[in-house]
Amino acid sequence: MTTRLEASDREPRTTAEGHGGVALRDVRFAHPGRGRRAAPVAAVDGVTLAVAEREIVALVGPSGCGKTTLLELVCRLMEPDSGTLASAPAVLMPQRDLLLPWLDALDNAALALRIHGAGRDEARAGARPLFEAFGLEGFERARPYELSGGMRQRVAFLRTLLSGKPVLCLDEPFGALDALTRTEMRDWLGAALTREPRTTLLVTHDVEEAAVLADRIVVLTPRPARVAAILEVPLPRPRRGTDPAVVALREQALEALGA
Amino acid sequence: MIAAFLILLVLIGGWEAYARLGHVDEFILPAPTQVATALWDDRGLLWHNLLVTAQEIGLGILLALALGALLAIVIHLSPTLRRVVYPLLVGSQAVPIVIIAPLLVVWFGFGIAPKLAIIALVCFFPVVVTTLDALAAVDPEQRKLLHTLDASRWQEFRWVEAPAALPGALSGAKIAVAVAVIGAVFAEYAGSSAGLGNVILQAIPQLETARAYAAVVLLAAFAILLFLLLTLAERLLVPWARRDTEWSGR
Repeated sequence: MTTRLEASDREPRTTAEGHGGVALRDVRFAHPGRGRRAAPVAAVDGVTLAVAEREIVALVGPSGCGKTTLLELVCRLMEPDSGTLASAPAVLMPQRDLLLPWLDALDNAALALRIHGAGRDEARAGARPLFEAFGLEGFERARPYELSGGMRQRVAFLRTLLSGKPVLCLDEPFGALDALTRTEMRDWLGAALTREPRTTLLVTHDVEEAAVLADRIVVLTPRPARVAAILEVPLPRPRRGTDPAVVALREQALEALGA
Repeated sequence: MIAAFLILLVLIGGWEAYARLGHVDEFILPAPTQVATALWDDRGLLWHNLLVTAQEIGLGILLALALGALLAIVIHLSPTLRRVVYPLLVGSQAVPIVIIAPLLVVWFGFGIAPKLAIIALVCFFPVVVTTLDALAAVDPEQRKLLHTLDASRWQEFRWVEAPAALPGALSGAKIAVAVAVIGAVFAEYAGSSAGLGNVILQAIPQLETARAYAAVVLLAAFAILLFLLLTLAERLLVPWARRDTEWSGR
């Protein structure tokens, strides 16, 4: 292994979990209503959840249940209305890759390094080894519009990783991909997280994706989000969607979802 | 390409026939062949004056581009200024240039300065509007993402908003090309010693209508050239934003 990204301690923050974890206690959040007289819309309604350092937790729930809001809270894009939220610095990877079209793939991946003050050459040099390690070699100079959807998500994931933050918040990272690419990217992400372990919150509505990738599956209720069930996934990696144990877990999760 | 050429040929042929057979005085409407003759006979005079006007228009558009982009950024960054300045800018476009052109001549004299002021004045507005639209089109999700990457407001501007605004500003400049030519002629009418507007101004009372038309042909050709140059600049500067605004299509 040539490179190993250390989570940056640029921004030391004491958390309930100490180093790289996330802890939510009875967190509530309501979006302000649209229009003058509209009532606030509750999105997260008393979620308590502890994520250990380097643990991968999948959040599954029906669409629009408030999963994204939960991630945005962890990323400190918003503050909870009540409850306590302690987390090591977290970075968001949205569903759409949001690569900057005016930068090539390597510059996009290295964006966080530039933001943290590195020069262009230094930032590119920092990102290049990961390109090689994560199957993007040869695409360094490609513009985002020249890349396939799966490739773009890989670049977006590297951009997230290179932020150096210990907590990754992945918001349906493969939601916009076709089924085949999705499966391929799921395995890719599993391998990537084995190589570069991080505390990971993975939002998905695909229970199979959750069962293949996560250490624990947190099933959320329809909006406003509450924890409906927590399923442990004590299976060895790498896992396949067709493994009987994975299939059984998928059934369990679907049952908890009420599907 | 061939079709475009044929259409042009038919139009010119129609004009020629109308001017020759339509009982219109050549002092009112010269035939294309007469315009072509004037173009050749007065080539020295026309070339010399074209250079003057071309310089005014080129610099005027650059000024408008800089001014328009700057105003758009200021308006974008400050909601207060948006409320105060934006309506004023819209109002400024309603002021007929003929009213203020003499004032600008009084202020800046007969040199290039009042011409640049007038061209910039008629050209900056489309640049402001298209740049503002481009800035507003930045995805809010993109801002969230940059925020979680620890970007400051300035970095958000430098990495996302400024590059997003560039194609907008260039689109505005392309819209402005045509009005820039009209603005230049107006400015030269208001007071000048050279330029194609000046040529037209002098040719018409001398009943040299064909020469005036020859000047117009050059102005049109210059506008087309400028548009092509801006399209080229767009290709080089913003290769990611290829759109179907080019003549060649895709």
